[in-house]
Amino acid sequence: MRIETIRQEFPQLAGQVYGKPLVYLDNAATSLRPRSVVAKWEEMSTRYNANLHRAVHRMAQIATDEYESSRDALRDFIGAARREEIVFTSGATASLNLVAFCLGESMIREGDEILVAESEHHSDIIPWQQMCARKGAKLRVYPVEEDGSYDLERLESLLTDRTKILCIAQISNVLGIINPVREMAAVCHRHGCLILVDGAQGIVHLPVNVQDLDCDFYLFSGHKMYAAPGTGVLYGRLELLEQFPPYMGGGEMIATVRWEGSTFAAPPQRFEAGTQNISGVPTWKPAIETLRLLRDPQIEDEQARIRDFMLDALGSDPRIRLFGTAEPRAARIPLFSFAVEGAHHEDLALILDKFGVAVRSGQMCAEPLMDRFGVTGMLRVSFAPYNTLQEAEYAMEALRKAIKMLTE
Amino acid sequence: MSTLEEKKAAVVEDFMLFDDWMDKYEYLINLGKELEPLPEECRTEDRLIRGCQSRVWLDARMEEGKLVFRADSDALITRGIIALLVQVYSGRTPEEIAADDFGFLEQIGLKENLSPTRANGLVSMVSTIRQAAKENAR
Repeated sequence: MRIETIRQEFPQLAGQVYGKPLVYLDNAATSLRPRSVVAKWEEMSTRYNANLHRAVHRMAQIATDEYESSRDALRDFIGAARREEIVFTSGATASLNLVAFCLGESMIREGDEILVAESEHHSDIIPWQQMCARKGAKLRVYPVEEDGSYDLERLESLLTDRTKILCIAQISNVLGIINPVREMAAVCHRHGCLILVDGAQGIVHLPVNVQDLDCDFYLFSGHKMYAAPGTGVLYGRLELLEQFPPYMGGGEMIATVRWEGSTFAAPPQRFEAGTQNISGVPTWKPAIETLRLLRDPQIEDEQARIRDFMLDALGSDPRIRLFGTAEPRAARIPLFSFAVEGAHHEDLALILDKFGVAVRSGQMCAEPLMDRFGVTGMLRVSFAPYNTLQEAEYAMEALRKAIKMLTE
Repeated sequence: MSTLEEKKAAVVEDFMLFDDWMDKYEYLINLGKELEPLPEECRTEDRLIRGCQSRVWLDARMEEGKLVFRADSDALITRGIIALLVQVYSGRTPEEIAADDFGFLEQIGLKENLSPTRANGLVSMVSTIRQAAKENAR
């Protein structure tokens, strides 16, 4: 498929900032929205707005079908064994909080250990810290290597008979390197330890099959993969979800309610209290369609060209320090975080903005990783499959001009 | 030394000469480069201004009835902005600063043309200067 055809599906790509064409390279923060997703959201809001599961009227039936068929589409998309293993949340952060809380309540005792990878997003750190504080468990860190990779032997040496779970991103939102989570899962399971994989970045760039990865939990956000904001998924192995207590109490998550005490629904309803995102959840279907369309050989070739161009360009400037340099190139996504000697990341981002180039600067919600590399922040350029090599070239030209402005 | 009103008018006039934001950034970057660095021992937690992506320190002290500001930042454009504020407000009486509306920042387009995080930084810088003026005003 031609990239121009795909680009027309994303109206924002035709936008301008300060009279210049928008070059949107902050896709790791949130993706742009395709027309099909916006249309589905509008359809659900203007034609089939009704609450789920409860009423017998026609509108409620349609809304419920749209919602539940999205669960089926997601089950199929990530290769889960059963539809009950797909829990709808408001995003990856909500999914992580749910697992940390419920795992803490059901399986964690004082003195147990939680292992969290050093490059994790704050959303995969804070819920574990809070749970550890509540349960008297110990949070330990799985250190990242200098080149941004993770060592499997080191993992082996860190696991003890008290380690209950390893929490790691399939791809860090800062480093862009694909972590060998299938191999990690094998190591963890050999030691009787669970593995949670944060797929917020991974699902956008890789085909995912949770049974093949053999992970116990896998989670992601809709807004980073073209679906409506406020949508998220938690995949959990059913036998684990069944042991979880409810996370929030409210409507729809119950079996019976009595003043003496209530009983709760089975997963996934047990974790879907209150009115759900009735307009947003149905957008998973067109979002998945978009992702499938974008997994096209011609588009993947362009992504590889962008990756090679960026690595060569960033590598050829001695003032630029790229974080996450592990080889091979094929084991990374087109996401690049770096620091420039003598130029502050915030200054660079401000100047790039005036060239129409949207990038991220700062700590990228990964303060411990910033400390690890001894920097106060980085500049991150993250591409999506609708970006072109031409945009990469323009962004690098703008970066060179910005560096010149700041250092000469 | 020019009065506060004269100084503000001069800054507004300077900014009117610029065609686009690149020129404004060039100007701010140069102001940032010219700003006398704050000695290392003055870059303390209590002088740090919250709400900026970069780090900004502001030191305020009274000298012969006037407020004297010194400032620094690890980012150049922010350094230029705080340098501009120091140029305009340092050496004025606290009463004069407390009575000022800081409206010239909108006139030169600093407020709306900076990213929200940066605008917050600017708001924090202004409120720190105002606070120092209020604390020292009679």
